[in-house]
Amino acid sequence: MKYHIKATFGTTLRILRQLSHDHRTVAMIFLVPIILLSLLRWMYDDNQMIFNLIAPALLGIFPFVIMFIITSITTLRERTGGTMERLMALPIGRLDLVLGYMLAFGLLAIIQAVLASAVLLWGLGLEIEGPAWFLLTMAVADALLGTALGVFVSAFARTEFQAVQFMPALIFPQFLLCGLILPLNQLPDILEATAYFLPLTYAVEALQTVVSNTEVTGEAWRDLFVVLCFAVGAVLLGALTLRRRTK
Amino acid sequence: MTNIAISAKGLIVKKGKQCILNELDFVVKSGTVTGLIGPSGSGKTTLMRSIIGVQKCKGELSVLGNPAGHKSLRKSIGYVTQSPAVYPDLTVQQNLRYFATLVRSDKMDVKRVIDTVRLTDQRNQVAGSLSGGQMARVSLAVALLGRPELLVLDEPTVGLDPVLRNELWDLFAELASEGRTLLISSHVMDEAARCENLLLLRDGKLLWKDSLKKLLAATKKNDVGGAFVTMINAAEKAEKMGKK
Repeated sequence: MKYHIKATFGTTLRILRQLSHDHRTVAMIFLVPIILLSLLRWMYDDNQMIFNLIAPALLGIFPFVIMFIITSITTLRERTGGTMERLMALPIGRLDLVLGYMLAFGLLAIIQAVLASAVLLWGLGLEIEGPAWFLLTMAVADALLGTALGVFVSAFARTEFQAVQFMPALIFPQFLLCGLILPLNQLPDILEATAYFLPLTYAVEALQTVVSNTEVTGEAWRDLFVVLCFAVGAVLLGALTLRRRTK
Repeated sequence: MTNIAISAKGLIVKKGKQCILNELDFVVKSGTVTGLIGPSGSGKTTLMRSIIGVQKCKGELSVLGNPAGHKSLRKSIGYVTQSPAVYPDLTVQQNLRYFATLVRSDKMDVKRVIDTVRLTDQRNQVAGSLSGGQMARVSLAVALLGRPELLVLDEPTVGLDPVLRNELWDLFAELASEGRTLLISSHVMDEAARCENLLLLRDGKLLWKDSLKKLLAATKKNDVGGAFVTMINAAEKAEKMGKK
């Protein structure tokens, strides 16, 4: 048990060290969401109502997408660079490795979400009825989901070109169907039913209820729970896709 | 304590329809340096990956008394892949500290292996900025962490200058004298001359699996290169005869 904890934290530390040599990536992780949200504020300068509707949803979507791309490429690099084969020949558990990834990128996600939420609430004048901590929790949960999915899908990509395209292939449909572009009840029946199988739908729903409800509703808690379940599922699947032996 | 480190009986690896390793039988004795030589594409890397336990294979393959791929072996085998499997965006020391955590070794051990591969002055340099030969040595250092019983090295001296190459072969001999077993692949013939035993692989079949001395005696040559060519020519002739 002690070994597993050491291996997990060791992996987390290693990934953070790798990133610490890459200042530009770190800067972009933190700044891009803030710049995009500022752009949105500018666009809807005269329309606070629409800004209040869209901005929280985007707070969930940005970390989700960014973490998804970064994790899938980092993991793929490990697979193609030979270090994954070396790791698989060492005593480290597969789950230790995936959890190490989750912790490292989760930590980045927390900083990213805190910065973006703070700017959104106090810099850009987002008006929400509900508690700010729930907004933040949800943003972090979405980022963790993106991280977990990134590890998982990297197993199905042979090259970085393929990995990058999983973003439009897997994330865009969720974005289109999550209820932000068109409310779920206005979608054709089959698409509405499909939307309820996609994690981003729950993420966006929870973030939008925080805007209009003073208390955290049962529905919002359920949404958070669903997003975390998807994340745990993706972590387990991600660990399973790491093969010790190849054919 | 058994004196057989690796033993294979009817070892087969197939990728699709292609047979990469064709019913290999051999043993590698503990505390020896065994050279695995053969032309490129002959199956050297696949054989090494099978021994490490990252390659699925059929037949019997026992490593340090356990079936290949057994969980307990992950602590006792050091493995160097052909291309250096280290993190190019970490320093030499950071790379080794990470792997040291995973093999349950410590900072002293990290210092020891860095000294061994002579990268003490480069220890705080990012691995990606090192030369090819230096990077290969970082990879070798990782394999030395925790003093594993068996070292499987896939072309560990590629891109190194003759002086350093010689130093590393001295190191390999020293490790063997401490009782460790080394299986080293190479295509440089004067390196094969430094191995006690040789496995000569061609097209997934073993042409030779005995000591260097006996190989030279059998082929009536006085250098490994000549012996190697003789063996391969003989095998090709036999194949042609078979087809006729």
